[in-house]
Amino acid sequence: MSELKLMKGNEALAEAAIRAGVDAYFGYPITPQSEVIEYLMTERPELRTGMVVLQAESEVAAINMVYGAASTGKKVMTSSSSPGISLKQEGISYMAGAELPAVIVNVVRGGPGLGTIQPSQADYFQSVKGGGHGDYKLYVLAPASVQEMSDFVTDAFDIAFKYRAPVLILSDGLIGQMMEKVVLKDQVERISDKDLIKMNGYWATTGKKDRERNIITSLDLQSEKMEARVHRLQKKYVKMELEDLRYETIDCEDADYLIVAYGSSARISQKAVELARKKGIKVGLLRPITLFPFPKKQLFDLANQVKGILSVELNAGQMVEDVKLAVEHKVPVEHFGRTGGIIHTPEEVLEALEQKIINHGHFRHHKTRESSIL
Amino acid sequence: MDILDIIKPENQVFCKTKLMTDTALSYCPGCGHGTAHNLTMEVIDEMGIVEDTIGVAPVGCSVLAYDFMNIDMTQAAHGRAPAVATGIIRTWPEKYVFTYQGDGDLAAIGTAETIHACNRGENIVIIFINNGIYGMTGGQMAPTTLEGMHTSTSPYGREIKNMGSPLKITELIANLPGVYYVTRQSVHTHKHVRKAKKAIRTAFENTRLKKGLSFVEIVSNCNSGWKMTPNEANIWMEENMFSYFPLGDIKVDGKLK
Ligand SMILES: Cc1ncc(C[n+]2csc(CCOP(=O)(O)OP(=O)(O)O)c2C)c(N)n1
Ligand code: SF4
Ligand SMILES: [Mg+2]
Repeated sequence: MSELKLMKGNEALAEAAIRAGVDAYFGYPITPQSEVIEYLMTERPELRTGMVVLQAESEVAAINMVYGAASTGKKVMTSSSSPGISLKQEGISYMAGAELPAVIVNVVRGGPGLGTIQPSQADYFQSVKGGGHGDYKLYVLAPASVQEMSDFVTDAFDIAFKYRAPVLILSDGLIGQMMEKVVLKDQVERISDKDLIKMNGYWATTGKKDRERNIITSLDLQSEKMEARVHRLQKKYVKMELEDLRYETIDCEDADYLIVAYGSSARISQKAVELARKKGIKVGLLRPITLFPFPKKQLFDLANQVKGILSVELNAGQMVEDVKLAVEHKVPVEHFGRTGGIIHTPEEVLEALEQKIINHGHFRHHKTRESSIL
Repeated sequence: MDILDIIKPENQVFCKTKLMTDTALSYCPGCGHGTAHNLTMEVIDEMGIVEDTIGVAPVGCSVLAYDFMNIDMTQAAHGRAPAVATGIIRTWPEKYVFTYQGDGDLAAIGTAETIHACNRGENIVIIFINNGIYGMTGGQMAPTTLEGMHTSTSPYGREIKNMGSPLKITELIANLPGVYYVTRQSVHTHKHVRKAKKAIRTAFENTRLKKGLSFVEIVSNCNSGWKMTPNEANIWMEENMFSYFPLGDIKVDGKLK
């Protein structure tokens, strides 16, 4: 039965994983996402659905456990926060190369280094530009509410299996830690081993029975074969752009100015849009729901309508680069963001929009990155 | 007389291991990897468990083990095979899962994954090929490289003060309660091959009985890395490796010998 509950984002994600019929979760504690594994351990999903939950010795081990289970066609996931996600990059790259379906969750905290345990969106580059080594991309979903923390688990697995590719849910410490009401989905039964072999037996390493052997590898020592593999991956990414781009527009129809923001920044920016409209300034919000694929065409089209664009992010300016690429210099694009775990207020966002975009008008000059942060 | 008159089952002393593919081995002539592959495949064939066996290949000379072993296999990142195997056995507890790893893979970069998979007593088999060197990358020092041994990264010989002692990871692992069976074998003579095969069989039987982790070390030569002929390498191995890595059972039925 679907159910209305008040939950933390991390807990909603964990509960959603059980309900989505996930076969296994492997993780390692790190703030601000430890509630995921704590919730799973407390819920005893092995009794509820037969789901396996294991605390690994490290994020490196956890992602490789995911690699192992995923190579047998199981529905498997892991979660962590920024420093732990850095450790997982080798495994993620291997999964992209070996074409394995899996879901990875990053509840981002501020960095670099040990950084801060407070919320941040500073892992945007790492998430959408590859992250690990080699020519690959991840399909990246950015939840902006506790509801989406829950819903995106199912969506992420659908994409992971559609493309046989790892999918990243890019959350942050704010969405992970805050409590909101959430409608939880009905329990989905885990796929039986027999059905799994029927569905995935053509590629998964489930034991060689009534077929030739299956091999999971990312290695091609022959250059032509390796290039063919790279091309196969790139084709998936093109298909993702054509078929599975997701975004939301708020108040864009008559907008003179545009804010682009995802995740918690989108929530705050939505309020800034309301404040602006109260003042008589027509502002709209474009919220990318997928960060790869990125709503490039939508931004390009909106740039024909608005006079300027502000990219609002909890970082020193990352997504703004992709916004600029999409807009192709048609209108001014600026960045506004706080770092270090500080969360901008809607008033600050509006003020930044007025200062950097609206009042700058025709007297713009090229600004350094530092001045764009402050 | 036609050759087919001679090749009759009753006349056959040796035949090709059924579960090995026809792909020519990429190993140097005289290398122990090929024999260790054969033995593992023979055991799986004789136990009739191929339908339920999943192997995990390492990064090392045996990275292409899946080209030769005609079973379902997953190729792991360098050192991560025990974690990959954990992911498989936890989601398929009725399967036979084994890793096949070199000394660099298992005892250097993958030390944490090895120790923790062993400590959890994962119901898997680990086959550990200890040749005291990094064969694949051209003969660099391994954690198991002997004192004084010349490699491309210890060109004046391994010096303990600087580079540490050769790691007896197998003895270390034997002390973990989750580990049920630990043995050290070699595959350089017929006698040793037969013993090693028995050990591998015992390991897979333990999986069948859900006894936990079985660990079979095979001390092997790397004639290319050691810069010797195959025969010289085997003699050097007997004279030098076996005194530091003595052959025999270390833990049987969960009890230290
Ligand atoms: C992360 C990473 N680091 C380093 C390497 C390079 N590398 C490949 S195999 C290998 C050593 C393998 O030695 P061993 O495990 O002893 O296997 P052998 O070739 O001797 O059988 C190294 C260092 C790699 N592939 N990946
Ligand atoms: S380099 Fe050494 S380990 Fe590798 S195949 Fe040759 S002899 Fe065997
Ligand atoms: Mg070696």
